[in-house]
Amino acid sequence: MTTYYTEDHEWITVDGDTATVGITAHAAEQLGDVVFVELPDSGKAVSQGDDMAVVESVKAASEVYAPVDGEVVDTNGDLEDAPATVNEDAAGKGWFVKLKLSNPSQLEALMDEAGYKAHIA
Amino acid sequence: MRYLPHTDTDRKAMLETIGVSSFDELFTDVPEAARLDELIDLPTKQGELQVERALGAMAGQNVAAGSVPFFVGAGAYRHHIPATVDHLIQRSEFLTAYTPYQPEISQGTLQTLFEFQTQVALLTGMDVANASMYDGSTACAEAVMMAARVTRRDKAVMAGSVHPHYVAASQTLSKHSDVNITVTDPGNANLEDVLSAIDDTTACVVVQTPDIFGQLHDLRAISEAAHAKGALLIAVFTETVALGLMEAPGNMGADIAVGEGQSIGVGLNFGGPYVGLFACKNDRRFIRQMPGRLAGETVDADGRRGYVLTLSTREQHIRREKATSNICTNAGLCSLAFTVHMTLLGEKGLTNMARLSHEMACDLADRLGSIEGVNVETEAFFNEFTIRLPQPAVDVVDKLAASGVLAGVPASRLFPGQFEDLLIVAATETNTEEDLIIFEKALRGVLS
Amino acid sequence: MSMNSQGRPTRIADNAATGGYADTFSGSRGLDQAEALIFERGATDRCGVDLPEPKGTALRMGGLERQGEIGLPGLSEPETMRHYVRLSRKNYAIDLGLYPLGSCTMKHNPRLNEKVARMPGFADVHPLQPASTVQGAYQLIGELGHWLMTLTGMPAVAMSPKAGAHGEFCGMLAIRAALDARGETNRRRVLVPESAHGTNPATAIQCGFTCDEIPADAGGRVDMEALKAKLGDDIAGIMLTNPNTCGLFERDIREIADLIHEAGGYFYCDGANFNAIVGRVRPGDLGVDAMHINLHKTFSTPHGGGGPGSGPTVLSEALAPFAPVPFVVQEGKSWKMVEQEEGEASESFGRMAAFHGQMGMFTRALTYMMSHGSDGLKQVANDAVLNANYILARLKHVMTPAFAGFCMHEALFDDRFLQGTGVSTLDFAKAMIDEGYHPMTMYFPLVVHGAMLIEPTETESREGLDRFIDTMEALAKAANGGETDRFLAAPVHAPTKRLDETRAARQPVLRWTAPMEDEPVAAE
Repeated sequence: MTTYYTEDHEWITVDGDTATVGITAHAAEQLGDVVFVELPDSGKAVSQGDDMAVVESVKAASEVYAPVDGEVVDTNGDLEDAPATVNEDAAGKGWFVKLKLSNPSQLEALMDEAGYKAHIA
Repeated sequence: MRYLPHTDTDRKAMLETIGVSSFDELFTDVPEAARLDELIDLPTKQGELQVERALGAMAGQNVAAGSVPFFVGAGAYRHHIPATVDHLIQRSEFLTAYTPYQPEISQGTLQTLFEFQTQVALLTGMDVANASMYDGSTACAEAVMMAARVTRRDKAVMAGSVHPHYVAASQTLSKHSDVNITVTDPGNANLEDVLSAIDDTTACVVVQTPDIFGQLHDLRAISEAAHAKGALLIAVFTETVALGLMEAPGNMGADIAVGEGQSIGVGLNFGGPYVGLFACKNDRRFIRQMPGRLAGETVDADGRRGYVLTLSTREQHIRREKATSNICTNAGLCSLAFTVHMTLLGEKGLTNMARLSHEMACDLADRLGSIEGVNVETEAFFNEFTIRLPQPAVDVVDKLAASGVLAGVPASRLFPGQFEDLLIVAATETNTEEDLIIFEKALRGVLS
Repeated sequence: MSMNSQGRPTRIADNAATGGYADTFSGSRGLDQAEALIFERGATDRCGVDLPEPKGTALRMGGLERQGEIGLPGLSEPETMRHYVRLSRKNYAIDLGLYPLGSCTMKHNPRLNEKVARMPGFADVHPLQPASTVQGAYQLIGELGHWLMTLTGMPAVAMSPKAGAHGEFCGMLAIRAALDARGETNRRRVLVPESAHGTNPATAIQCGFTCDEIPADAGGRVDMEALKAKLGDDIAGIMLTNPNTCGLFERDIREIADLIHEAGGYFYCDGANFNAIVGRVRPGDLGVDAMHINLHKTFSTPHGGGGPGSGPTVLSEALAPFAPVPFVVQEGKSWKMVEQEEGEASESFGRMAAFHGQMGMFTRALTYMMSHGSDGLKQVANDAVLNANYILARLKHVMTPAFAGFCMHEALFDDRFLQGTGVSTLDFAKAMIDEGYHPMTMYFPLVVHGAMLIEPTETESREGLDRFIDTMEALAKAANGGETDRFLAAPVHAPTKRLDETRAARQPVLRWTAPMEDEPVAAE
């Protein structure tokens, strides 16, 4: 399993042809307390860069973009009652969406962990 | 000028501090062609005496409802408002306060909104209510749009007996969205055609009870039919006092209840400002799609209970293009007047007031119905009903007005070209038996 | 993800000091009285109104009577009075002190307005009374419309919008109707500056348009090159606020209007900042096609804790035919109300709300206008701009103005002067509360970091301004002097400390609910 990062602060952990997507701890910290996450419906097709989800703090709503092309196969239902999970464990339990990848070659252009750390430095 | 504190000495000194010698130097960004050299052609300043005199003369040309036998309703009702209400809403801290964006110094506004929201939820039999909208008609329009968002469907069925202004406002608000509004025939007294119009593409069904003609409707059958197809039922009311006596829309299966709160605390005001009430079931989907402001409970750093505006990410100042509505206000002072009046009334006062209004309307219906040629068309009503006259209602109303009776609203005013012989008549606890006698006598006179 | 965040804490700071008061037994502190909810105080059988007993005759409601209790508490009159008076004292208000909220125009609310609004001939008349019985009411609407058209230099006005945002909707609907009438159904793109108030894009979307953002230039005004690049034959128009939300007059406004018109679009102006130019400049002379006017801003109708507003919208010759119904028309010596979309209103885009508009705000606004007159109104703009520049001039050495040069009626600062202090714009604002001031507008417009937008209005005296300026200066110096506690714990002198907005959003409690019989009282 490999984790990639986008410039827009999403992470994507790939396992075969499915991947889990969330936002980085850095992004969650910048946002402040997350109060709500709006997730897409399962079955929705997304293209890289599309609006895929919305994460809300008290004073702002931020778009989360699809890091690669794919189809939404699962969403994190736990976030509905516990949006704070995103702040507590953005990289793990605070995952947003599972995608079935349709164009895995897009991953090559994304950053690795070191690259992302340099990006936010 | 009495509202402007600066003297010319002040102005001169302040201009100097700024580093200019005239006001014009602060307006140099204005294109030269748009700079006005002369004063705009309007009267110059006047003292209180002159202004009061001029506007008093204008007011004097109007027939105030309280000065004659008065039976006008059709969406706005005259009820008695205790003196305490007007006194309290004129307190500086309520009148001249702003939207409670800084909650630590706005707990007065926020707690009264929280109380208001609770009262509206209780009245309508719903779980949650917002902090009010402009008025009942725009609340109705917003409910239709919300139902479309929640169900992701675009067909809305509105009963033709919903107040035509509410139908029009809903059509205007939804004009450039995907929502299509079907309005059934207002001439159909029952709601059969509403029922038959519900299908799998229906987002919502909108029914008013009591309706524009005063007729009360049981919403249960419609709510079942709507829910069976995955549609929402929106119940509309224009007379809040009716909720003191009739079954709550929430108890009849409505998903969203919207209406006009003007009867409580606000007064007639020639049509505005009023207070739109908006309440719904506590469905997660609904709360996030509700328009308008919401006051919510929380605690402060000392653990003390307090209130804040919440779930603001639905609103335009944060969500911008993706907001649930462009609304940037609530009815503020009118919602305060509503909540103060409702607190004075309480359960007992409201139900009494409702009963008095209903009884007055029943007496009036008996009197008018006893006149030859006049037929009371409404079987079950609260404080408003429709009578059929042997002459065009518009003419009858004008003649009665000339003899000092404000007799009601000709249905043709709200439905142009239709129902020319129908007159919509309302009564409240502010009417007296004397009023009814005068009305009956005057109408007999006009019709003979 | 888009970092569309204000990034400021909404939970209570963990290190917030809780200094200040000793606990009292009653929960009240001197004149600040603890006050529970009416649901905790009242009862369903208490009442503060004496009504005659109903006769108790049979109901004619078709069996549709309410079956259960509503659950509404009542209070006697003295208890009601105490409840609301106590709550009122927890509110800041214009009558208490300076309210420097940008673009809100928190000017004094004259009490003559209230007196006139309550004349029975205005307050106790029904909108659907026969025309012959309400000629004075129609006349007032017509008279106010005349003042608005004359002050703005526009030929038509729609009086029915219920608030500013409703007026924006009116103007944009008129523009959409005009475009559709010309058969130009491809024109769906509206240019909106990134500094625009959120209602602008929200309204454009509601009218079926898309929004195309124009950046501001380094001077805080519309970037003309960016604007020109965005013109095209799919342009519906532009929505501009002038003066803009940075408090600056758009110098290029005539050129902007011409460019938009040449491109085939219309110019919508957000009139929220009209107070800066009333009596001195007419938007009609600037090429505006539609502009809403906030009567509760420029024309002093009371803010009432959040409303009601009123948003009459002036319209150009091109847009006038599409104005909403109803509207008043003078015929000889008498007035009539046009309510249907036929005859002179056959091209109207329709009705926006029930009845005729916010009459209660019309009476107040006209009272205000007549009191000031054209000379007084010009002085209003002069003094409003004077006061904002006075604040700017005297604070620019301790706070950081966002843009160089003079401002109009509001002064915009950013948070550069707080850099490295550990104090944010939010913290600074909360400290202002302890000093007895309502904070200025924070974090708006979005084009500037940690924005602080200050609009004093013309009804602030020089002494009042001096006291405010001295306090702001002291706070700025304190922040830069390392006194962070003062800011992070603030407010400590308000009826509550900072409130947990995160909790309010995560666990919404939007009403009081009767506790269950056996439920223990919730512990904190």
